[in-house]
Amino acid sequence: MKVDPRLPTPGGIPEVDIDPMLYRHLAGAAVNVELDTGDMILNLGPQHPATHGTLRLVVRLDGERVIAADPIIGYMHRGYEKLVEYRTYPQITTLINRIDWLSSFANEVPFIFAAEQLMGIEAPPRARYIRTMLTELSRIATFLLFLGEMGLQVGAITPAFYGFRDREYALNLIEAVTGGRFHPNFNRIGGVKDDLPWGWINDCRQSMKKVLDSCDDFENLVAGNPIFEQRTRSIGIVPRELGAAYGVSGSNLRSSGVDWDLRRDGDPYGLVYDELDWKVWTHPDGDSFARYWVRLQETRESARMVLQMLDALPSGPIMAKVPRIIKVPEGEVWVNCENPLGEMGYYIFSKGATGPFRVKIRSASFSNVSILPWLLRGAYVPDVITILASLYFILGDIDR
Amino acid sequence: MADTEAEQAPALRDAHQQVLARLEAELDDALLGSAGVHRNLIVRVRRDAWAQVASLAKRALDCDYLSFIAGIDWMPAPLLAEEGSGDTSAPAQPRETTYGVTGSEGRFQVFAHVESTARHFGFTVKTDLDEADPAVDTWVPVYPGADWHERETWEMYGFRFDGHPSLRHLYLPFAFEGHPLRKDFPLLAREVKPWPGLVDVEGMPGEPSSDEEGAVAE
Repeated sequence: MKVDPRLPTPGGIPEVDIDPMLYRHLAGAAVNVELDTGDMILNLGPQHPATHGTLRLVVRLDGERVIAADPIIGYMHRGYEKLVEYRTYPQITTLINRIDWLSSFANEVPFIFAAEQLMGIEAPPRARYIRTMLTELSRIATFLLFLGEMGLQVGAITPAFYGFRDREYALNLIEAVTGGRFHPNFNRIGGVKDDLPWGWINDCRQSMKKVLDSCDDFENLVAGNPIFEQRTRSIGIVPRELGAAYGVSGSNLRSSGVDWDLRRDGDPYGLVYDELDWKVWTHPDGDSFARYWVRLQETRESARMVLQMLDALPSGPIMAKVPRIIKVPEGEVWVNCENPLGEMGYYIFSKGATGPFRVKIRSASFSNVSILPWLLRGAYVPDVITILASLYFILGDIDR
Repeated sequence: MADTEAEQAPALRDAHQQVLARLEAELDDALLGSAGVHRNLIVRVRRDAWAQVASLAKRALDCDYLSFIAGIDWMPAPLLAEEGSGDTSAPAQPRETTYGVTGSEGRFQVFAHVESTARHFGFTVKTDLDEADPAVDTWVPVYPGADWHERETWEMYGFRFDGHPSLRHLYLPFAFEGHPLRKDFPLLAREVKPWPGLVDVEGMPGEPSSDEEGAVAE
């Protein structure tokens, strides 16, 4: 076994009778003579500014190049799949708000749909519009943060402030309706908790115009910036077949040229996307820049969708008739929806009680991040940061 | 309302019918059961056909996208609340063992969901595991994304995936003992302190503070 004289051996000080001073000289000589370039192990995290949470990444480096990367997750594992078995359906929505905390409203929606499917309840049209609108607003909030944050990761500070400022437009709207900026807990089985407050529609219209403007800003400031392009073009390319086989979904997969959006292609359940005029954006490149560009276009598209929904908002009740104590009939159901981060799904096994027997929570970031060992191989250290940022994950969505 | 009933009447879409026909032809008697529920196709296959289903799904049925792999323990859930006791703070699960829409031979099952990004459909595959030695073939050679899902299922249920490159802990500490998602694994938070439920509701300011009886009666 080759022992690097500079490092302490696992067994302690080596069994060589040698003057410590001389030993140090020998160690220096070894560096000068042999130019021994061993691999280096670098720990990114668990607390690292580039990982948005407690993702630990152990990378083995040869110089600046990554030979192998191993994401170590679980620092935030809260065991939701166990916890939900001990709760009733109305209690669970509070819990699953915290899976992807930047777009909590979108987390609730598929779960509520799953329960509604089993119960055979359908929410009234106005509730469906409110749900779709708030889902798109949380998508806007999530993506605007990303659009700023991504600039930060390549060394541009200003877009981050713009991102944090602009997502407040969407968060304020969500707060005005639900009372919570991040954790609305607003969906009920059979509808939504409250109607829109007075004056909200006008506010929303104005805010969406601001969002569209800030998208233009991001396009000019960040996406059109030559330095940004150099840092992101052809970095971290996800091939489309491999991405799909890894379960990479949402904007990340559309950036690889896969024209697949559950809002259009999945079962509509109770959302109104089929009544709107919109388009699915894809990019053929699959690199970090493509992921930025696709999310930028999707933010615009979401703002346009919200504007359309404001015009078409029907009147009427916001809750269907539901029993006072919610018991979900025996059965099993799989519901997946397009979350801001990708495919979010719930597979619910019910045995006819007030709570589910087993819930499999399929969260988007978990699969999006599982491609990292493949994706980071051969990347340079500074690019690791941009690749991590461009995949855009939320730790709560990985660890559940 | 009427629409949903009409949609559910033909339980399977055309794409699902084709998938089912193809699986029946290829798997023969290894296909143990199938059901169409809530616009999803669920098939149950014999354990030795598990790896074959993966390659069939990916190569012959266009299902290029792996959604998830997970496990389930069909043992009755621990008793949290008595049925009819009026305590609505925790679910009262039935005491008898049932096995879902396609049935199961025993306590443990593995299920996975794959989707087609081009043809926009997906289906769920299930297989039964031996209770004494729960093991099944890995899907990693076909779907590389199965890696983490199988590691998670391994640590949460103790199911072994033969041929998996490295079954090590994903979420839990390396020294963790037991399989948390099995129904006989207690949720310690609940054992130590019972779920407060309705008892814990605080009164509004100005109202008399809620003692236990007052709060329980709604």
